[in-house]
Amino acid sequence: MSDLRELYQEVIAEHNKNPRNFRWMEGANRMAIGVNPLCGDKLTVYMKVDDQDTVTDVSFEGSGCAISVSSASIMTQMLKGKKIEEAKRLFKVFHEAVTVEDQQPDLKALGKIAVLAGVRAYPSRVKCATLSWHTMHAALEGEEWVSTE
Amino acid sequence: MSYPRESMSIASDRSYAGGEVYDVYRIREDFPILAECSNGKPLVYLDNAATSQKPYTVLEAMDHAYRRAYANVHRGVHTLSERATKAYETARTKAQSFIGAGDPREIVFVRGATEAINLVAASYGRVNIREGDEILITEMEHHSNIVPWQLLREQTGAKLRVAPINESGELVMEEFERLLNERTRLVAVVHISNALGTINPVKRIVEMAHAVGAKVLVDGAQAVPHTRVDVRELGCDFYAFSSHKVYGPSGVGVLYGRYDLLEAMPPYQGGGEMIRRVTFERSDYAKPPARFEAGTPNIVGPVGLAAAIDYVEGLGRDNIAAHEADLLRYATEATAEVPGLRIIGTAAHKASILSFELEGIHPHDIGTIVDHEGVALRAGHHCAMPVMDHFKVPATTRASFGLYNTREDVDALVAGLCKVREVLG
Repeated sequence: MSDLRELYQEVIAEHNKNPRNFRWMEGANRMAIGVNPLCGDKLTVYMKVDDQDTVTDVSFEGSGCAISVSSASIMTQMLKGKKIEEAKRLFKVFHEAVTVEDQQPDLKALGKIAVLAGVRAYPSRVKCATLSWHTMHAALEGEEWVSTE
Repeated sequence: MSYPRESMSIASDRSYAGGEVYDVYRIREDFPILAECSNGKPLVYLDNAATSQKPYTVLEAMDHAYRRAYANVHRGVHTLSERATKAYETARTKAQSFIGAGDPREIVFVRGATEAINLVAASYGRVNIREGDEILITEMEHHSNIVPWQLLREQTGAKLRVAPINESGELVMEEFERLLNERTRLVAVVHISNALGTINPVKRIVEMAHAVGAKVLVDGAQAVPHTRVDVRELGCDFYAFSSHKVYGPSGVGVLYGRYDLLEAMPPYQGGGEMIRRVTFERSDYAKPPARFEAGTPNIVGPVGLAAAIDYVEGLGRDNIAAHEADLLRYATEATAEVPGLRIIGTAAHKASILSFELEGIHPHDIGTIVDHEGVALRAGHHCAMPVMDHFKVPATTRASFGLYNTREDVDALVAGLCKVREVLG
């Protein structure tokens, strides 16, 4: 197994302690709730998307482990100002980076979320890292509930 | 006595010699997996409430059964089949005396405690529980003692009532008594809570339930590894346990049922073994326990369970209980020194299960970080989501101790928790 610090990097601990955009959002026009039945974690992602398909605001609420909270926090930072298609593409890139075996993740394409690429070495924790991303994706697809099961 | 001779001699060589002192370091040598390393560190296995590790005697008894005494049971007239049948039935007698049952016909081999409870719900429940009847459970039940009753409720229109627990994780006996009434047909209660460690006053519960005419099923999955169980002294009508939690193999368990109750119950599953005579018009069912063991059973599982019972009896269940009580005391004191740690489940009568939360840190992070130190813990809801709801936590971290754990294991746990603080602040 890889070094623990490859998973729990300083930046993850920091985002866990001080999650960004951790709030309820007034006037959100996209919203979804994600649950991980394995651990009972539940989080809500709120988004505002304008008529140009640009994500003008994104936030989240809920409780979870350091991996899921930091992933959600970093995600909200990355998505603000992005087009819907770009947000969906980032979801795909991150999802593949942590789930597809025999393939080194493209750290450059991942951007800030590259700090969580190490979770691929911990199969039981991949769902923690992807929960907020699944939830965001569901919100954009118009689904209000998503489960990692 | 057909029990494999070689295996018996190995068992007596390696099992506890019955000395005055409980030598846990010598006992550890009986468990090959305890010599393994995990992430480069010596394995510290503290997930015994999920499942326990196996001594050589169990592994060897099963190996012997497959190599030397394997055939289908209760069928062939050939020597091998008779040998296998005898080992299987000897295991039934072992299980009978292990839990103090009066008759081997009261021991039904099933897949585990979960199937035992489902069997009672499906078979006893189908003919004895009707619309308006009540089934009383407690708030600390494992999902396996909740969901089968919900299924029965859907089929029959019966009501499911839940007796609450208090802030220590103890059953509130006044509320339990208040919920009991003449409509209560069945009380299904856990002997020892897997999420909290609470030991329930089962004998008193049985007396109270019988006073209103209700039958009592006890989920003993966590009790059998930790404490002496005597079903006749408890007075319960059904008792369920799993082999794998008491150092035996997975995939086998026991349903104890009072013979008069079993005899009046319809089959759980249909197939071979459970019938006397079949025509296309009708089938006559076999007597218990065969009636409830349709199909080729787990043939070798009970042999492994019998070896586990021998092993545990060889150490002495009171000796094991005393050792584990000492560990729980030590662990409770040692973890009290960890900043921000809160124990969930502080019942006065408790088995060696320590569930806790660490302020500001999710159990899954704790589980992953201490795993790097070689410590195996359980993080999650422990299949007891209503207990998590009661204590308003999404999950807990649980250390559960078995007969081979040591004070050094507890020290490794505490060091692991300090590491968690170091990593996550």
